[in-house]
Amino acid sequence: MIEISGVSKRYDETVVVDDVSITLPRAGITAVVGPNGAGKSTLLTMIGRLVSASAGRIAVDGLDVATTPGARRLSILRQDNHIVSRLTVRDLVAFGRYPSSKGRLTRDDAAHIERALAYLGLEALAERFLDELSGGQRQRAHVATVLCQDTDYVLLDEPLNNLDMKHARDMMRLVRRMADELGKTIVIVLHDINVAATYADRIVAMRDGRIVRSGPPEAIMTSQALAAIYDMEIEVARIGDRMLAIPY
Amino acid sequence: MRLLPISALFVLALAATSLLIGAGGLSPAELLAGGDEGRLLLLASRLPRTFALILTGASMAVAGMIMQLIARNRFAEPSTAGTVESAGLGMLTVTLLAPGAPVLLRMLVASAFALAGTCLFLALLRRVPLRSPLVVPLVGLILGGVISAISSFIAYRYDLLQSLGAWTTGDFSAVLRGRYEMLWLALALTGLACVAANRFTAAGMGRDFATNLGIDYRRVVAFGLSIVAMVTALVVATIGMIPFLGLIVPNIVSLIMGDNMRRSVPYVALFGAAFVLACDILGRVLRYPFEIPVGTVMGVLGSGIFLFLLLRRGARAG
Ligand SMILES: Nc1ncnc2c1ncn2[C@@H]1O[C@H](COP(=O)(O)OP(=O)(O)O)[C@@H](O)[C@H]1O
Ligand SMILES: [Mg+2]
Repeated sequence: MIEISGVSKRYDETVVVDDVSITLPRAGITAVVGPNGAGKSTLLTMIGRLVSASAGRIAVDGLDVATTPGARRLSILRQDNHIVSRLTVRDLVAFGRYPSSKGRLTRDDAAHIERALAYLGLEALAERFLDELSGGQRQRAHVATVLCQDTDYVLLDEPLNNLDMKHARDMMRLVRRMADELGKTIVIVLHDINVAATYADRIVAMRDGRIVRSGPPEAIMTSQALAAIYDMEIEVARIGDRMLAIPY
Repeated sequence: MRLLPISALFVLALAATSLLIGAGGLSPAELLAGGDEGRLLLLASRLPRTFALILTGASMAVAGMIMQLIARNRFAEPSTAGTVESAGLGMLTVTLLAPGAPVLLRMLVASAFALAGTCLFLALLRRVPLRSPLVVPLVGLILGGVISAISSFIAYRYDLLQSLGAWTTGDFSAVLRGRYEMLWLALALTGLACVAANRFTAAGMGRDFATNLGIDYRRVVAFGLSIVAMVTALVVATIGMIPFLGLIVPNIVSLIMGDNMRRSVPYVALFGAAFVLACDILGRVLRYPFEIPVGTVMGVLGSGIFLFLLLRRGARAG
């Protein structure tokens, strides 16, 4: 369970996240959506202890993230991962084991690494250097690292960036499997509301640093709710059992 | 991996060559034949010099590698980050204010200056808006220039230009038994840094990457910078500055085997030692019996290789 109570983030005088309180239950996928600059990444990085909150408290399983080391409980993948180092994909993924192994890889760790590479379809690229990969391949390597870290909570910030349609779908199916088969709690920032509605169990919608709507996809996928989130007219169509938001 | 023993043998061969040549007035045959004079030359001069070359090469190359990971820039190393010049200023300060200070105290002061200078460099970097890879060494060179101008001014006023010269140009010709042993400490510090190799690699991936893995980023950076500052101070005080070493060696190793420090650090150390040995041997034979200081040889060779790397890396970074 992730409890966020009264959390704000200010940069100088600009309030970027404004007094947010919400509780995200254990298990399942929570998608965070909203327009650019809504504060989604900032909120996620505060939960992931990469950025400290200006006010309020965030607790994961009852433990305050500001004071408890949590690399074995929670992992986060940021939106931009600018990398200068020349590491191979396998070396990068192996770092996912660092919190538990501290660099001394056991056989169990090796199995984790192979599994993560296989999940993301990276076996053939394992010995390649990161600077010799395409953006999408690099993105998958980063997700593999987080997967390899094998934490109960996984935070992903727009992991579909740079991915083509097929890899984007594979990624979302993988995230679904992580939730369903491995029992992980996943919080994922998604750019596309339709992807969120298709794969997530809950949607949290942000705008101007606040949470404007939250609930199951059915509750968010209405013209009225979408208008409140995106400040534009959006039609919702039903195709089979799926709901599609169509902006016009 | 067979590469490691081969590299080690290569360094040993260079070390043997370094022992056997020089302007000591003894031919290799006479040296090998033994005799008191030969043994004295070997023990008092040749052996210390060869050790000094290896120790300096290995520890400065690794220091360069750590700087590159911490600054997250290919072109950062003690001589492009103001570290060397700050260490020189520290030596100058302690010489002026406490001329009789014990060696250890002098080293500590020089290390403290080196650390402060490097921190200033990193603080400047955070304020430079455009972070093109090449801006980073430029900032460091400018900072180094300012610091060395201050040093020159002070040295000129107090008639210490000669000492300052000794700290700023690397030269192994004055190395004798009893005058280089501090360099073993540099190697020990380098070994200590290797304990944190994984953490340095993670830090090289960025603050967020390291933090996500539960690594205390600031502590790793502080640890790395302290090691680099102390190693630099030790080398500056005993040998003098050796430009490009910490830049070229890690970059070439990185091109071949990447930046996983845990894996590449032995190669960086060995290659660093080999490079300095080779430059010193070259300096001794080119105009025999006169010597060209190693810093000069390295400067000429190094800037050529540096240019090559720059063009190559530049093409890559896009
Ligand atoms: N380090 C920072 N300093 C100043 N402003 C920032 C910083 N990081 C983010 N912001 C601002 O905070 C707002 C929210 O950013 P972000 O959380 O990245 O939005 P989102 O991920 O929803 O697009 C933006 O207006 C952005 O400019
Ligand atoms: Mg964002």
